[in-house]
Amino acid sequence: MTAKARGTTPKTSGDTTNGPLVDAHAHFLHAACGRSDWEAVNAARFRAGDRMGVTVHVASVLGSYGHTSPTYFPSPADVTAGNDAMRAICAAEPKRVRMLVTVNPNHTAHALAEIAKGAASGAVGIKLLASRRADDPLLDPICEAASAQRFPILHHIWQHRTREWPNQEISDGADLARLAVRHPTVTFILAHIGGGGDYQHTFHAIREVPNIVPDFSGSGVDRGMMDNAIRALGASRLLFGTDLTMCTGLAKLRALETTGLCTPADIEAMRWRNAARVFGAARLGLAEAI
Amino acid sequence: MTAPRFALDASAWIGTYPFRHVPHPDPDALLRVMDRESIGCAWVGSLGAVFHRDPTDANADLYRTLAPLAERLRPAPIIRPDFPGMNRELGFACDAGAESIRACPEQWGLGSSHPAMTELALACAERGLALHLTVRYEDLRQRHRLDTAADLPAATVRALARAGGDALRLVVSAAGRDMIEETHWGLTPAEQRRVYWDFTWVWGPPEDHLAHLFRSIGSERFVFGSQWPLRLVQAPIANLDLLPDSVREPSGGIRLGNPAVR
Repeated sequence: MTAKARGTTPKTSGDTTNGPLVDAHAHFLHAACGRSDWEAVNAARFRAGDRMGVTVHVASVLGSYGHTSPTYFPSPADVTAGNDAMRAICAAEPKRVRMLVTVNPNHTAHALAEIAKGAASGAVGIKLLASRRADDPLLDPICEAASAQRFPILHHIWQHRTREWPNQEISDGADLARLAVRHPTVTFILAHIGGGGDYQHTFHAIREVPNIVPDFSGSGVDRGMMDNAIRALGASRLLFGTDLTMCTGLAKLRALETTGLCTPADIEAMRWRNAARVFGAARLGLAEAI
Repeated sequence: MTAPRFALDASAWIGTYPFRHVPHPDPDALLRVMDRESIGCAWVGSLGAVFHRDPTDANADLYRTLAPLAERLRPAPIIRPDFPGMNRELGFACDAGAESIRACPEQWGLGSSHPAMTELALACAERGLALHLTVRYEDLRQRHRLDTAADLPAATVRALARAGGDALRLVVSAAGRDMIEETHWGLTPAEQRRVYWDFTWVWGPPEDHLAHLFRSIGSERFVFGSQWPLRLVQAPIANLDLLPDSVREPSGGIRLGNPAVR
Protein backbone atom coordinates (compact mmCIF):
# COMPACT_ATOMS: atom_id res chain seq x y z
CA MET A 1 0.00 0.00 0.00
CA THR A 2 1.11 3.51 -0.68
CA ALA A 3 0.15 6.42 1.50
CA LYS A 4 -1.09 9.20 -0.67
CA ALA A 5 -0.98 12.72 0.58
CA ARG A 6 -3.15 14.50 -1.91
CA GLY A 7 -1.76 17.89 -2.78
CA THR A 8 -5.05 19.44 -3.59
CA THR A 9 -6.00 23.06 -3.29
CA PRO A 10 -6.39 24.05 0.37
CA LYS A 11 -9.96 23.68 1.48
CA THR A 12 -10.01 25.86 4.58
CA SER A 13 -8.90 29.38 5.36
CA GLY A 14 -6.29 29.53 2.69
CA ASP A 15 -8.86 29.03 -0.01
CA THR A 16 -9.27 31.81 -2.52
CA THR A 17 -13.02 31.62 -2.03
CA ASN A 18 -12.62 33.20 1.38
CA GLY A 19 -12.01 36.69 0.04
CA PRO A 20 -8.82 38.74 -0.04
CA LEU A 21 -5.73 37.64 1.85
CA VAL A 22 -2.96 40.12 2.62
CA ASP A 23 0.47 38.81 3.55
CA ALA A 24 1.65 41.66 5.75
CA HIS A 25 5.18 40.32 6.16
CA ALA A 26 6.88 39.10 3.02
CA HIS A 27 10.37 39.41 1.58
CA PHE A 28 11.85 39.09 -1.86
CA LEU A 29 15.43 38.41 -2.89
CA HIS A 30 17.34 40.13 -5.67
CA ALA A 31 20.36 39.74 -7.89
CA ALA A 32 22.78 41.40 -5.47
CA CYS A 33 21.92 39.24 -2.47
CA GLY A 34 24.59 36.68 -3.23
CA ARG A 35 22.28 33.77 -3.94
CA SER A 36 22.21 32.23 -7.35
CA ASP A 37 18.70 30.88 -6.70
CA TRP A 38 17.14 34.24 -5.88
CA GLU A 39 14.72 34.15 -8.80
CA ALA A 40 13.54 30.65 -7.90
CA VAL A 41 12.86 31.72 -4.30
CA ASN A 42 10.84 34.70 -5.48
CA ALA A 43 8.93 32.51 -7.90
CA ALA A 44 8.22 30.05 -5.10
CA ARG A 45 6.68 32.84 -3.03
CA PHE A 46 4.33 33.69 -5.86
CA ARG A 47 3.55 30.01 -6.50
CA ALA A 48 2.70 29.34 -2.87
CA GLY A 49 0.92 32.65 -2.54
CA ASP A 50 -1.33 31.82 -5.45
CA ARG A 51 -2.16 28.45 -3.94
CA MET A 52 -2.92 30.02 -0.57
CA GLY A 53 -4.97 32.77 -2.12
CA VAL A 54 -2.66 35.66 -1.24
CA THR A 55 -4.05 38.77 -2.90
CA VAL A 56 -1.28 41.17 -1.93
CA HIS A 57 2.27 40.49 -0.70
CA VAL A 58 3.41 43.47 1.40
CA ALA A 59 7.11 42.96 1.09
CA SER A 60 10.54 44.36 1.73
CA VAL A 61 14.08 43.64 0.62
CA LEU A 62 16.60 43.57 3.47
CA GLY A 63 19.62 45.18 1.86
CA SER A 64 21.93 42.51 0.49
CA TYR A 65 20.81 39.86 3.01
CA GLY A 66 24.30 39.70 4.42
CA HIS A 67 26.14 39.41 1.13
CA THR A 68 27.87 42.79 1.23
CA SER A 69 26.72 44.10 4.63
CA PRO A 70 24.90 42.37 7.51
CA THR A 71 21.19 41.66 7.07
CA TYR A 72 20.22 43.48 10.23
CA PHE A 73 22.84 46.23 9.87
CA PRO A 74 22.64 47.02 6.15
CA SER A 75 24.92 49.68 4.73
CA PRO A 76 23.25 52.72 3.15
CA ALA A 77 24.35 51.53 -0.30
CA ASP A 78 22.78 48.12 0.29
CA VAL A 79 19.61 49.68 1.67
CA THR A 80 19.26 51.75 -1.49
CA ALA A 81 20.01 48.81 -3.77
CA GLY A 82 17.51 46.65 -1.94
CA ASN A 83 14.79 49.27 -2.06
CA ASP A 84 15.43 49.81 -5.75
CA ALA A 85 15.12 46.06 -6.31
CA MET A 86 11.88 46.04 -4.34
CA ARG A 87 10.54 48.87 -6.49
CA ALA A 88 11.37 46.86 -9.60
CA ILE A 89 9.42 43.87 -8.26
CA CYS A 90 6.45 46.14 -7.55
CA ALA A 91 6.65 47.51 -11.06
CA ALA A 92 6.67 43.99 -12.48
CA GLU A 93 3.82 42.83 -10.24
CA PRO A 94 1.70 45.94 -9.73
CA LYS A 95 -1.41 44.10 -8.57
CA ARG A 96 -0.04 41.61 -6.10
CA VAL A 97 3.01 43.28 -4.53
CA ARG A 98 3.36 46.35 -2.32
CA MET A 99 6.55 47.74 -0.90
CA LEU A 100 7.85 48.57 2.55
CA VAL A 101 10.84 50.91 2.53
CA THR A 102 13.75 49.39 4.44
CA VAL A 103 15.90 51.83 6.41
CA ASN A 104 18.82 51.75 8.83
CA PRO A 105 18.17 54.39 11.51
CA ASN A 106 21.88 54.79 12.22
CA HIS A 107 22.02 56.83 9.02
CA THR A 108 19.24 59.30 9.63
CA ALA A 109 19.52 61.49 6.55
CA HIS A 110 19.80 58.49 4.28
CA ALA A 111 16.85 56.81 5.96
CA LEU A 112 14.66 59.86 5.60
CA ALA A 113 15.62 60.23 1.95
CA GLU A 114 14.73 56.58 1.32
CA ILE A 115 11.36 57.07 2.99
CA ALA A 116 10.64 60.12 0.85
CA LYS A 117 11.68 58.23 -2.27
CA GLY A 118 9.48 55.34 -1.26
CA ALA A 119 6.51 57.55 -0.61
CA ALA A 120 6.88 59.07 -4.03
CA SER A 121 6.97 55.67 -5.67
CA GLY A 122 3.99 54.04 -4.02
CA ALA A 123 5.41 52.38 -0.91
CA VAL A 124 2.89 51.53 1.80
CA GLY A 125 5.07 51.50 4.91
CA ILE A 126 8.50 51.27 6.48
CA LYS A 127 10.56 48.24 7.48
CA LEU A 128 12.91 48.51 10.45
CA LEU A 129 15.33 45.68 11.08
CA ALA A 130 17.43 45.29 14.21
CA SER A 131 20.02 47.98 13.56
CA ARG A 132 19.14 49.88 16.71
CA ARG A 133 17.04 48.97 19.75
CA ALA A 134 13.39 49.86 19.22
CA ASP A 135 13.19 52.48 21.95
CA ASP A 136 16.35 54.29 20.84
CA PRO A 137 15.88 58.04 20.16
CA LEU A 138 17.38 57.52 16.70
CA LEU A 139 14.10 55.91 15.72
CA ASP A 140 12.13 59.07 16.50
CA PRO A 141 12.81 60.87 13.20
CA ILE A 142 11.85 57.70 11.35
CA CYS A 143 8.59 57.57 13.26
CA GLU A 144 7.92 61.25 12.58
CA ALA A 145 8.39 60.63 8.86
CA ALA A 146 6.09 57.62 9.11
CA SER A 147 3.45 59.75 10.78
CA ALA A 148 3.74 62.40 8.09
CA GLN A 149 3.34 59.83 5.32
CA ARG A 150 0.70 57.78 7.23
CA PHE A 151 3.00 54.79 6.99
CA PRO A 152 2.92 51.90 9.44
CA ILE A 153 6.30 50.58 10.60
CA LEU A 154 7.02 46.87 10.52
CA HIS A 155 9.64 46.29 13.21
CA HIS A 156 11.71 43.12 13.49
CA ILE A 157 11.14 41.71 16.99
CA TRP A 158 12.64 39.01 19.13
CA GLN A 159 9.91 37.76 21.44
CA HIS A 160 11.27 38.42 24.94
CA ARG A 161 14.82 39.66 24.82
CA THR A 162 16.73 37.93 27.62
CA ARG A 163 20.24 38.38 26.28
CA GLU A 164 22.06 39.74 23.28
CA TRP A 165 22.29 37.63 20.14
CA PRO A 166 24.94 38.07 17.48
CA ASN A 167 24.32 39.98 14.28
CA GLN A 168 21.35 41.94 15.49
CA GLU A 169 20.49 44.57 18.09
CA ILE A 170 17.40 42.78 19.22
CA SER A 171 14.25 44.38 20.56
CA ASP A 172 11.23 42.82 22.15
CA GLY A 173 7.62 43.80 22.70
CA ALA A 174 8.44 45.91 25.73
CA ASP A 175 11.06 47.87 23.76
CA LEU A 176 8.64 48.46 20.92
CA ALA A 177 5.90 49.46 23.34
CA ARG A 178 8.06 52.32 24.64
CA LEU A 179 8.52 53.59 21.10
CA ALA A 180 4.83 53.18 20.28
CA VAL A 181 3.80 55.18 23.33
CA ARG A 182 6.07 58.00 22.17
CA HIS A 183 4.44 57.96 18.70
CA PRO A 184 0.74 57.33 19.18
CA THR A 185 -0.16 58.41 15.63
CA VAL A 186 1.96 55.67 14.09
CA THR A 187 0.86 52.04 13.80
CA PHE A 188 3.66 49.60 14.59
CA ILE A 189 3.52 46.07 13.22
CA LEU A 190 5.30 43.80 15.66
CA ALA A 191 6.99 41.23 13.49
CA HIS A 192 6.42 37.51 13.63
CA ILE A 193 5.03 36.33 16.93
CA GLY A 194 6.06 32.89 15.67
CA GLY A 195 9.53 34.07 14.74
CA GLY A 196 11.40 33.00 17.83
CA GLY A 197 11.47 33.81 21.51
CA ASP A 198 8.74 33.82 24.10
CA TYR A 199 5.61 35.14 22.42
CA GLN A 200 3.71 34.90 25.70
CA HIS A 201 5.88 37.71 27.07
CA THR A 202 5.01 39.79 24.01
CA PHE A 203 1.27 39.61 24.58
CA HIS A 204 1.69 40.94 28.12
CA ALA A 205 4.09 43.63 26.95
CA ILE A 206 1.87 45.17 24.26
CA ARG A 207 -1.61 44.46 25.53
CA GLU A 208 -2.16 48.05 26.68
CA VAL A 209 -0.54 49.67 23.64
CA PRO A 210 -3.21 49.71 20.95
CA ASN A 211 -1.06 51.12 18.16
CA ILE A 212 0.95 47.89 18.08
CA VAL A 213 -0.49 45.17 15.85
CA PRO A 214 1.49 41.92 15.62
CA ASP A 215 1.70 39.79 12.53
CA PHE A 216 1.56 36.05 13.08
CA SER A 217 4.30 35.06 10.70
CA GLY A 218 7.34 33.00 11.66
CA SER A 219 8.19 29.33 11.68
CA GLY A 220 6.67 28.78 15.14
CA VAL A 221 3.36 26.92 15.15
CA ASP A 222 2.89 26.23 18.84
CA ARG A 223 -0.59 25.12 19.73
CA GLY A 224 -2.02 27.82 21.95
CA MET A 225 -0.07 30.66 20.35
CA MET A 226 -2.97 31.93 18.29
CA ASP A 227 -5.44 31.34 21.12
CA ASN A 228 -3.28 33.40 23.47
CA ALA A 229 -2.89 36.16 20.90
CA ILE A 230 -6.60 36.42 20.24
CA ARG A 231 -7.48 36.38 23.92
CA ALA A 232 -4.88 39.00 24.81
CA LEU A 233 -5.21 41.36 21.88
CA GLY A 234 -8.40 40.55 20.01
CA ALA A 235 -8.81 39.74 16.36
CA SER A 236 -8.73 43.41 15.40
CA ARG A 237 -5.03 43.64 16.31
CA LEU A 238 -3.64 40.67 14.42
CA LEU A 239 -2.35 40.51 10.86
CA PHE A 240 -1.77 37.47 8.70
CA GLY A 241 1.83 37.18 7.52
CA THR A 242 4.35 34.57 6.44
CA ASP A 243 7.92 35.94 6.50
CA LEU A 244 10.29 33.08 5.58
CA THR A 245 7.92 30.13 5.98
CA MET A 246 4.65 30.32 4.09
CA CYS A 247 3.55 26.84 5.19
CA THR A 248 3.46 27.86 8.84
CA GLY A 249 1.52 30.98 7.93
CA LEU A 250 -1.06 28.87 6.15
CA ALA A 251 -1.20 26.47 9.10
CA LYS A 252 -1.94 29.28 11.54
CA LEU A 253 -4.53 30.74 9.19
CA ARG A 254 -6.29 27.38 9.01
CA ALA A 255 -6.01 26.93 12.76
CA LEU A 256 -7.98 30.13 13.39
CA GLU A 257 -11.14 28.26 12.51
CA THR A 258 -10.47 25.64 15.17
CA THR A 259 -9.73 27.89 18.13
CA GLY A 260 -13.41 28.40 18.92
CA LEU A 261 -12.52 32.04 19.55
CA CYS A 262 -13.16 33.55 16.11
CA THR A 263 -16.25 34.56 14.23
CA PRO A 264 -16.09 34.60 10.44
CA ALA A 265 -15.77 38.38 10.71
CA ASP A 266 -12.77 37.96 13.03
CA ILE A 267 -11.05 35.71 10.53
CA GLU A 268 -11.82 38.14 7.74
CA ALA A 269 -10.28 40.89 9.86
CA MET A 270 -7.04 38.94 10.30
CA ARG A 271 -6.98 37.85 6.66
CA TRP A 272 -7.17 41.35 5.22
CA ARG A 273 -9.43 43.94 6.82
CA ASN A 274 -6.93 44.82 9.55
CA ALA A 275 -4.23 45.14 6.92
CA ALA A 276 -6.47 47.37 4.86
CA ARG A 277 -6.93 49.60 7.92
CA VAL A 278 -3.21 49.65 8.76
CA PHE A 279 -1.80 50.17 5.26
CA GLY A 280 -4.81 51.84 3.68
CA ALA A 281 -7.25 49.92 1.52
CA ALA A 282 -6.59 52.09 -1.51
CA ARG A 283 -2.83 51.68 -1.17
CA LEU A 284 -3.27 47.91 -1.17
CA GLY A 285 -5.66 48.03 -4.12
CA LEU A 286 -8.47 46.72 -1.93
CA ALA A 287 -10.73 49.75 -1.87
CA GLU A 288 -13.40 47.92 -3.85
CA ALA A 289 -13.36 45.03 -1.40
CA ILE A 290 -14.21 47.23 1.57
CA MET B 1 -15.71 4.45 3.98
CA THR B 2 -12.91 6.45 2.40
CA ALA B 3 -9.30 5.90 3.38
CA PRO B 4 -7.82 8.57 5.61
CA ARG B 5 -5.59 11.11 3.97
CA PHE B 6 -2.79 10.11 6.34
CA ALA B 7 -2.64 6.53 7.55
CA LEU B 8 -0.44 7.36 10.51
CA ASP B 9 0.66 10.26 12.68
CA ALA B 10 3.99 8.91 13.88
CA SER B 11 4.75 11.74 16.32
CA ALA B 12 1.75 12.47 18.54
CA TRP B 13 1.76 12.90 22.30
CA ILE B 14 -0.72 13.27 25.13
CA GLY B 15 -0.25 14.83 28.53
CA THR B 16 0.98 18.10 29.90
CA TYR B 17 4.26 19.81 29.09
CA PRO B 18 6.28 21.15 32.02
CA PHE B 19 7.38 24.43 30.49
CA ARG B 20 4.20 25.94 29.08
CA HIS B 21 0.47 25.47 29.01
CA VAL B 22 -0.66 23.19 26.19
CA PRO B 23 -4.38 23.28 25.41
CA HIS B 24 -6.42 20.05 25.71
CA PRO B 25 -3.57 17.51 25.52
CA ASP B 26 -5.93 14.56 26.02
CA PRO B 27 -6.73 11.56 23.82
CA ASP B 28 -10.31 12.63 23.09
CA ALA B 29 -9.07 15.92 21.67
CA LEU B 30 -6.44 14.07 19.66
CA LEU B 31 -9.09 11.81 18.15
CA ARG B 32 -11.19 14.81 17.20
CA VAL B 33 -8.19 16.40 15.52
CA MET B 34 -7.45 13.17 13.69
CA ASP B 35 -11.04 12.99 12.45
CA ARG B 36 -10.93 16.60 11.33
CA GLU B 37 -7.66 16.19 9.46
CA SER B 38 -8.35 12.67 8.16
CA ILE B 39 -5.62 10.81 10.04
CA GLY B 40 -6.13 7.10 10.54
CA CYS B 41 -4.12 6.25 13.62
CA ALA B 42 -1.36 7.68 15.74
CA TRP B 43 1.66 6.57 17.72
CA VAL B 44 1.15 8.37 20.99
CA GLY B 45 3.75 9.11 23.64
CA SER B 46 3.48 10.52 27.14
CA LEU B 47 4.74 14.08 26.91
CA GLY B 48 5.37 14.57 30.61
CA ALA B 49 7.40 11.37 30.78
CA VAL B 50 10.05 12.90 28.52
CA PHE B 51 11.20 14.76 31.62
CA HIS B 52 10.75 11.99 34.18
CA ARG B 53 13.80 10.27 35.60
CA ASP B 54 11.95 6.97 35.42
CA PRO B 55 9.22 6.83 32.77
CA THR B 56 7.80 3.42 33.71
CA ASP B 57 4.89 4.72 35.79
CA ALA B 58 3.92 7.13 33.04
CA ASN B 59 4.06 4.26 30.57
CA ALA B 60 1.64 2.27 32.72
CA ASP B 61 -0.71 5.26 32.72
CA LEU B 62 -0.33 5.54 28.96
CA TYR B 63 -1.25 1.88 28.41
CA ARG B 64 -4.32 2.21 30.65
CA THR B 65 -5.45 5.46 29.02
CA LEU B 66 -5.09 4.27 25.46
CA ALA B 67 -6.31 0.70 25.87
CA PRO B 68 -9.95 1.55 25.07
CA LEU B 69 -8.78 3.54 22.03
CA ALA B 70 -6.24 1.03 20.76
CA GLU B 71 -7.72 0.79 17.30
CA ARG B 72 -6.49 4.29 16.49
CA LEU B 73 -4.13 5.37 19.27
CA ARG B 74 -1.15 3.07 19.72
CA PRO B 75 0.96 3.60 22.83
CA ALA B 76 4.53 4.65 22.20
CA PRO B 77 6.14 4.27 25.63
CA ILE B 78 9.39 5.90 26.59
CA ILE B 79 11.96 3.27 27.47
CA ARG B 80 15.17 4.17 29.19
CA PRO B 81 17.96 1.83 28.17
CA ASP B 82 20.39 2.89 30.88
CA PHE B 83 17.96 1.76 33.59
CA PRO B 84 17.74 -1.89 34.60
CA GLY B 85 14.81 -3.77 33.07
CA MET B 86 14.89 -2.45 29.52
CA ASN B 87 13.91 -5.80 28.02
CA ARG B 88 11.06 -6.21 30.49
CA GLU B 89 9.74 -2.77 29.50
CA LEU B 90 10.03 -3.64 25.83
CA GLY B 91 8.00 -6.75 26.52
CA PHE B 92 5.30 -4.68 28.20
CA ALA B 93 5.27 -2.41 25.16
CA CYS B 94 4.74 -5.32 22.79
CA ASP B 95 2.02 -6.75 25.03
CA ALA B 96 0.26 -3.36 24.95
CA GLY B 97 0.22 -3.32 21.17
CA ALA B 98 2.94 -0.75 20.68
CA GLU B 99 4.40 -0.42 17.19
CA SER B 100 7.07 2.02 18.32
CA ILE B 101 8.83 3.18 21.45
CA ARG B 102 10.51 6.48 22.21
CA ALA B 103 13.85 7.41 23.66
CA CYS B 104 15.14 10.76 24.88
CA PRO B 105 18.93 10.47 25.01
CA GLU B 106 19.53 14.19 25.39
CA GLN B 107 17.19 14.42 28.39
CA TRP B 108 19.00 11.45 29.95
CA GLY B 109 22.50 12.68 29.21
CA LEU B 110 23.35 9.81 26.88
CA GLY B 111 25.90 10.77 24.27
CA SER B 112 25.90 9.89 20.61
CA SER B 113 27.71 6.60 20.92
CA HIS B 114 26.34 5.48 24.26
CA PRO B 115 26.22 1.67 24.30
CA ALA B 116 22.85 1.59 26.04
CA MET B 117 21.24 3.39 23.08
CA THR B 118 22.81 0.90 20.70
CA GLU B 119 21.48 -1.93 22.82
CA LEU B 120 18.00 -0.37 22.73
CA ALA B 121 18.10 0.01 18.96
CA LEU B 122 19.07 -3.62 18.48
CA ALA B 123 16.42 -4.79 20.91
CA CYS B 124 13.76 -2.75 19.12
CA ALA B 125 14.79 -4.19 15.77
CA GLU B 126 14.61 -7.69 17.18
CA ARG B 127 11.05 -7.12 18.43
CA GLY B 128 9.82 -5.29 15.35
CA LEU B 129 9.42 -1.99 17.17
CA ALA B 130 10.32 1.31 15.56
CA LEU B 131 12.60 3.50 17.67
CA HIS B 132 11.33 7.08 17.71
CA LEU B 133 13.62 10.00 18.61
CA THR B 134 12.71 13.67 18.92
CA VAL B 135 15.19 16.36 18.00
CA ARG B 136 13.43 19.14 19.92
CA TYR B 137 10.19 19.84 21.70
CA GLU B 138 10.32 23.63 21.46
CA ASP B 139 12.26 26.21 19.52
CA LEU B 140 15.61 26.81 21.18
CA ARG B 141 14.85 30.52 21.38
CA GLN B 142 11.81 30.19 23.61
CA ARG B 143 12.89 27.52 26.08
CA HIS B 144 12.52 27.80 29.81
CA ARG B 145 15.86 28.31 31.50
CA LEU B 146 15.48 24.98 33.27
CA ASP B 147 15.03 23.20 29.92
CA THR B 148 18.72 22.75 29.33
CA ALA B 149 18.84 19.57 27.21
CA ALA B 150 20.43 20.14 23.83
CA ASP B 151 18.78 19.26 20.55
CA LEU B 152 19.36 15.67 19.46
CA PRO B 153 22.52 15.69 17.34
CA ALA B 154 22.76 14.08 13.93
CA ALA B 155 25.68 12.05 15.25
CA THR B 156 23.31 10.09 17.50
CA VAL B 157 21.07 9.16 14.58
CA ARG B 158 24.04 8.19 12.43
CA ALA B 159 25.49 6.03 15.23
CA LEU B 160 22.21 4.19 15.73
CA ALA B 161 21.59 3.70 12.02
CA ARG B 162 25.08 2.26 11.63
CA ALA B 163 24.76 -0.01 14.66
CA GLY B 164 21.38 -1.52 13.84
CA GLY B 165 20.71 -4.25 11.32
CA ASP B 166 18.36 -4.00 8.39
CA ALA B 167 15.40 -4.69 10.67
CA LEU B 168 16.00 -1.41 12.47
CA ARG B 169 13.52 1.40 11.84
CA LEU B 170 14.44 4.77 13.31
CA VAL B 171 11.86 7.55 13.18
CA VAL B 172 13.27 10.99 13.84
CA SER B 173 10.88 13.79 14.64
CA ALA B 174 11.42 17.54 14.43
CA ALA B 175 14.65 17.67 12.45
CA GLY B 176 15.35 20.49 10.03
CA ARG B 177 16.86 20.25 6.57
CA ASP B 178 20.45 20.58 7.78
CA MET B 179 20.23 17.69 10.20
CA ILE B 180 18.40 15.47 7.75
CA GLU B 181 21.00 16.04 5.06
CA GLU B 182 23.94 15.71 7.44
CA THR B 183 22.59 12.39 8.61
CA HIS B 184 21.38 10.95 5.32
CA TRP B 185 24.51 11.67 3.32
CA GLY B 186 26.65 10.36 6.17
CA LEU B 187 25.15 6.90 5.86
CA THR B 188 25.47 4.08 3.39
CA PRO B 189 22.39 3.35 1.24
CA ALA B 190 21.54 0.39 3.48
CA GLU B 191 21.85 2.56 6.59
CA GLN B 192 19.80 5.33 5.00
CA ARG B 193 16.90 2.93 4.55
CA ARG B 194 16.72 2.44 8.32
CA VAL B 195 15.87 6.09 9.00
CA TYR B 196 12.56 7.87 8.54
CA TRP B 197 11.90 11.54 9.22
CA ASP B 198 8.83 13.55 9.95
CA PHE B 199 8.77 17.03 8.47
CA THR B 200 7.28 19.05 11.32
CA TRP B 201 10.30 21.37 11.36
CA VAL B 202 11.20 21.38 7.66
CA TRP B 203 10.58 24.67 5.88
CA GLY B 204 8.22 24.91 2.94
CA PRO B 205 8.07 27.76 0.42
CA PRO B 206 9.60 30.08 -0.49
CA GLU B 207 12.84 28.31 0.51
CA ASP B 208 11.21 24.97 -0.39
CA HIS B 209 13.40 22.81 1.83
CA LEU B 210 10.77 20.05 1.88
CA ALA B 211 10.55 19.98 -1.89
CA HIS B 212 14.34 19.87 -2.09
CA LEU B 213 14.51 16.94 0.33
CA PHE B 214 11.78 15.04 -1.49
CA ARG B 215 13.79 15.44 -4.68
CA SER B 216 17.21 14.72 -3.21
CA ILE B 217 16.65 11.92 -0.72
CA GLY B 218 13.14 10.81 -1.66
CA SER B 219 9.71 11.32 -0.12
CA GLU B 220 9.69 7.66 0.92
CA ARG B 221 12.17 8.54 3.65
CA PHE B 222 9.53 10.74 5.29
CA VAL B 223 6.50 9.94 7.38
CA PHE B 224 3.63 12.10 8.44
CA GLY B 225 3.98 13.28 12.03
CA SER B 226 2.51 16.27 13.82
CA GLN B 227 4.10 16.73 17.29
CA TRP B 228 0.55 17.35 18.51
CA PRO B 229 -0.27 18.75 21.10
CA LEU B 230 2.86 20.92 21.06
CA ARG B 231 2.48 22.01 17.44
CA LEU B 232 -0.39 22.66 15.07
CA VAL B 233 -1.27 19.53 13.15
CA GLN B 234 -2.11 21.86 10.27
CA ALA B 235 1.58 22.69 9.78
CA PRO B 236 2.85 19.53 8.05
CA ILE B 237 -0.38 19.33 6.08
CA ALA B 238 0.02 22.91 4.85
CA ASN B 239 3.59 22.09 3.91
CA LEU B 240 2.40 19.23 1.70
CA ASP B 241 -0.35 21.37 0.21
CA LEU B 242 2.17 24.01 -0.85
CA LEU B 243 4.64 21.67 -2.54
CA PRO B 244 5.37 22.44 -6.16
CA ASP B 245 3.66 20.19 -8.65
CA SER B 246 7.06 19.03 -9.90
CA VAL B 247 7.63 16.84 -6.82
CA ARG B 248 4.23 15.17 -7.00
CA GLU B 249 3.34 11.92 -8.64
CA PRO B 250 1.24 12.11 -11.81
CA SER B 251 -1.83 11.52 -9.65
CA GLY B 252 -1.01 14.65 -7.67
CA GLY B 253 -0.11 12.67 -4.56
CA ILE B 254 3.05 12.31 -2.54
CA ARG B 255 4.47 8.88 -1.77
CA LEU B 256 5.39 8.93 1.92
CA GLY B 257 7.15 6.21 3.88
CA ASN B 258 4.32 5.53 6.31
CA PRO B 259 3.48 2.00 5.13
CA ALA B 260 7.09 0.87 5.32
CA VAL B 261 7.71 2.22 8.79
CA ARG B 262 4.95 0.12 10.39
